Amino acid sequence: MTYEERIQNVSVIGAAGKMGSGILLLTALEMTDLSLLPENKEKTFVLNAIDVSPEGLSGLMKYLREQVRKTAEKKIVWLRKMYATRDDLVENYDIINEYIFDALNIVRPVSTISAAYASNIIFEAVSENRALKVKLLSDIDNHNSNNPWYFTNTSSVPIGLIEDEANLKGRIIGFHFYNPPAVQRLVELIKTDNTLVEVVEFSHLYAKKLRKIIVPSNDFAGFIGNGHFMRDALHGMNEAQTLAAEKNIPLYMAIYIINKVTQDYLVRPMGIFQLIDYVGIDVVQFILGVMNPFFKDENLHSELLDKMMLQGTKGGQMSSGAQKDGFLKYKGGRVTSVWDIHKQEYVDIDKFQEECNEMMGNMPDSAVDWKSIIKNKNKDKLLSGFFNDLKSSENLGAKTAINYGKKSMEIANKLVTDEVAQEVDHVNTVMLTGFFHAYGPVNNFFE
Amino acid sequence: MKRKVYMTGGFNTISMGTGRKEFHPKKPRPGLEDYIRKAGKGTLDQIGGADNVDEGVIGNFMASRFNKQANLPGFVPYIDEKLQWKPATSVEGACASGGLALISGIKSVLAETADVVLSLGVEVQNTVKAMYCADILAGAGWYQNRKNGHAYFFPGQNSDRAGAYYEKVGYDKARSGMKQWFINAMENARLDETAQEHQNKVADLGALYDKLKPNGTAFVDHLNVLDCSKVSDGASAIAICSEEGLKRTGVDKKNAIEVIGFAQSIRNITNAPTDLTELETIKRASRKALENAGITIDQVGTIETHDCFSIAGVLSTEAIGLAKNGEGWDYVASGNTARDGKMPMNTTGGLIGWGHPTGATGVHQAVTIWQQLTGKAGKSQIKITDERPYGMTINMGGDDVTVVAIVYKRA
Repeated sequence: MTYEERIQNVSVIGAAGKMGSGILLLTALEMTDLSLLPENKEKTFVLNAIDVSPEGLSGLMKYLREQVRKTAEKKIVWLRKMYATRDDLVENYDIINEYIFDALNIVRPVSTISAAYASNIIFEAVSENRALKVKLLSDIDNHNSNNPWYFTNTSSVPIGLIEDEANLKGRIIGFHFYNPPAVQRLVELIKTDNTLVEVVEFSHLYAKKLRKIIVPSNDFAGFIGNGHFMRDALHGMNEAQTLAAEKNIPLYMAIYIINKVTQDYLVRPMGIFQLIDYVGIDVVQFILGVMNPFFKDENLHSELLDKMMLQGTKGGQMSSGAQKDGFLKYKGGRVTSVWDIHKQEYVDIDKFQEECNEMMGNMPDSAVDWKSIIKNKNKDKLLSGFFNDLKSSENLGAKTAINYGKKSMEIANKLVTDEVAQEVDHVNTVMLTGFFHAYGPVNNFFE
Repeated sequence: MKRKVYMTGGFNTISMGTGRKEFHPKKPRPGLEDYIRKAGKGTLDQIGGADNVDEGVIGNFMASRFNKQANLPGFVPYIDEKLQWKPATSVEGACASGGLALISGIKSVLAETADVVLSLGVEVQNTVKAMYCADILAGAGWYQNRKNGHAYFFPGQNSDRAGAYYEKVGYDKARSGMKQWFINAMENARLDETAQEHQNKVADLGALYDKLKPNGTAFVDHLNVLDCSKVSDGASAIAICSEEGLKRTGVDKKNAIEVIGFAQSIRNITNAPTDLTELETIKRASRKALENAGITIDQVGTIETHDCFSIAGVLSTEAIGLAKNGEGWDYVASGNTARDGKMPMNTTGGLIGWGHPTGATGVHQAVTIWQQLTGKAGKSQIKITDERPYGMTINMGGDDVTVVAIVYKRA
C-alpha cells in the first residue's frame, strides 16, 4: 500500500480534544492537498473525527473552518494552480471557499468508534489513560480487517505496554505532538521493540509533509519531553519548599522567587510554576503518577501537587485558550497573585514582591530577556556573558539560578544514561523546539 | 487653455495601513464616509467654507466592493450640509480615479459650469485581507484575464513586466534601479507625517531589499513585497477654481498653483501591452500634457509618477522621456530621481512610501505638487528653481490603461 493509498481512510480518536483537534486539522489539510493532485482526482478521502462529545465535534467543525481558511489564504498561489481547471472558480475568494469545502467534505464527525473499523490509519489522542487506550485500540483491531496502523499521541505511558495489551504486534508507534499541534513543530517518535519498519517510514514521511521536526525517544515512561519537564518541575517545587524553610518565609513568597528565577534568570519563556499551571496541575500530577512506577530509584511524586488538587486549584486552560488560575493567578496573561496553601487564598504580589526582589538581589546589567534573545544571532555570546556574571554573584537569585541550570543539565544527562534519549542533542532539541527554551539544558553555561 | 484654472487648499488624511503604528487590522477603524468628510473639510477650511463651492467630484475605484457602497455623490453633502442640493458626481478609472476627479473638475471650470469644484479621491481598502484585496483590485484589468492571472493579480502583471525588463537590461542592473526607487520612497515618506511609511525606521534599507529575494512560491516571480505599494485607507482633496472662483475663496494666489496643461490617454483594456518594458499610455499622456502646456520636460522641476510597483517607477522614467529606452534603471540608480537629484520624483514617498489608497492617489499627487510649488511641503520641501518652475503628475489606472497627466506652475 502506498502512502497515498494508506492515508485515504484515517480516523482520529479524541478528535474534539485539544491535541486531537490539532492532529485532525493537520491530517485534513494533508489529505485535502493530496486529493487535489491530478492523479488523485477520482479517489475518495475519508477522515473520521471520532469523539464522545457531540458538542466538542460541533466546536471542532467551527475550529476547522477557521483554521482551514487561514491556511488556504497563506497558500493561495498554490491553490490557484490546483483549481486551474475549474472555470467556475475565478477569484481567490471563490478558490479559498472551495478549498474549505473540500477539506470539511473529507471530515466525518462521529461519536461511534465503529467508524474506525474501515480505516488504515488510526490516530489516537484520548486522555492519558492506559486502560482506555487499550480498550479502544483492541476494539478497533478486532473489527478492522485492514490490519491498521496506530499512531498514538501518548505522552507518558510506555507504548510497548499498550501494544502488548491491545495485541497490536508492531502496528503501533508513539507519535507525540506538542501542544498546540498545529503550531508546535516538535514530534517525539517512540518505537516499541516490535514497531514495523514500514510504520516508521510512514511516520517520517507524514511528519515531513506536516513540516514537523522528529526527535526519536526510547520507549520509557514520560519519554524525553515529560522526562525532563516532570523532573524539572519537581525540582522547582522542592526548591520552593526548601527556600521557604531555610529563609523562614511563606511558601507563596518562595514560589514567587523560584518562578522568577526560572523565567528571568534562566531566560525561559515562562517560570516553572507558570508552566505547571499552563500544562495543568492535574495533568502534571497524573503524568507523574504514570511515570513513577517505572523508575525504582526515584520518587516522582509531589505532595505539594496533591495538596493543590485537594484545594481545587488545578490550572490548565479554558476552551478560549486563556489560562486558569493555579499556583499563580493571572490577569490578561500577567501574574497578579500567588496561592497561599495555608490560608487557601491568593495573595496579591504587590504585598511581597519588593521584599522578594530585595532578597534575590539585583540582576547584573548583562541580563537578557527571553523574547529579545530567542532569535538573536549573538544569543550564545549574550547568554554566556549573563550567566558568567550570575556565577560570580553571591546574590540569592543568581545562586539559585546557577544551581537550577546545573540540575536541569543533570536531568538531561540522566535521560541519556537511562537510555530514554539516544543522545544529548535529542534532549536539547526537545527543549528548544517543544518548550521554546533559548538554549538546551546540556550546555557550558553553568559549570 | 481658454480659461485660467487654479488648484488650492490641498489636504491629505493619513494613509492608513500596515506600517502605521496606530493601525490594528482587528480593531474598528474609520469608514469610507469618515475619510471623505475629513479630507473634504480639510480643503473647505482653507477656501472659506462650503458656501464657496459650486460642485463636488469624488474619485473612487471600488467602494462598491471594499465597502459595499455605491452612489458616492451622496457623501458630498455629508462633508458639509451646505453642499446639499448642489451638483456632485463620482468618477472611476481604477487607480486613475483620482486623476479623473481632477480633470473632471478642470473641465467643469473650463466649461464655465463651475468656478469652484471640490475634487476628492478616496479608497478604504483594509476591510479585506490582502489576498481578497487582490481580487477586488484585479477589476482594473480585463475580467476575462482574471482566471488565468496570478493570485496577486496586479503584482503578477508587474512581475511579468519586471521579468521582461530583467531580460532586456540584465537582472542586476534592473534590480539596482528598483532598489534605489524603494530607498527613495522610504526616505521621502519619513519626512511626511501623513505617509504610511512615515514611521519606517529600517537602518539599512538597501540591505533589507537585497535580503528579500523575489520568491514565486510565496508571492510573485520577479518582485519582492518591497517592490509593491501597500494596502491603504486614505483620502485627499483639493479645490479647483477659475480666476473668479479663486477670488471668491479669498485665497491669495501665492497659495495656489495653476494648471497649464493636461492630457488623458486610454489603452484598449482587452489587449496585452505590445512591449512589456514600455509604458506606452504614460508616454503618450505625459508628452501630450507637456505639449498642451507648451513646455519641455527639461523645464519641469518635480514629478509625481504612479509607482504602484518599483518597476512601474523605473519604466515611467523612460516613458516620460527622462531616460533613454532601457536606461531607466541607471537613471534611478544614479540618484537622479532622489529628492536632491536632477529630477526629484515622488517627494512625499509616492505610492510605495506615502501609500496607495487607489481612488485617492491621483488627488494626493496633485496635493504634493501644490505643497512643493507653494512652499508648504514642510520637511518634504525641495527647492524649486526659476529655471524649472513646473510640476507634473502622472496617474495610471490598471496596467497602463487609463492615464491622466497634468502640468502645473505657481499661480
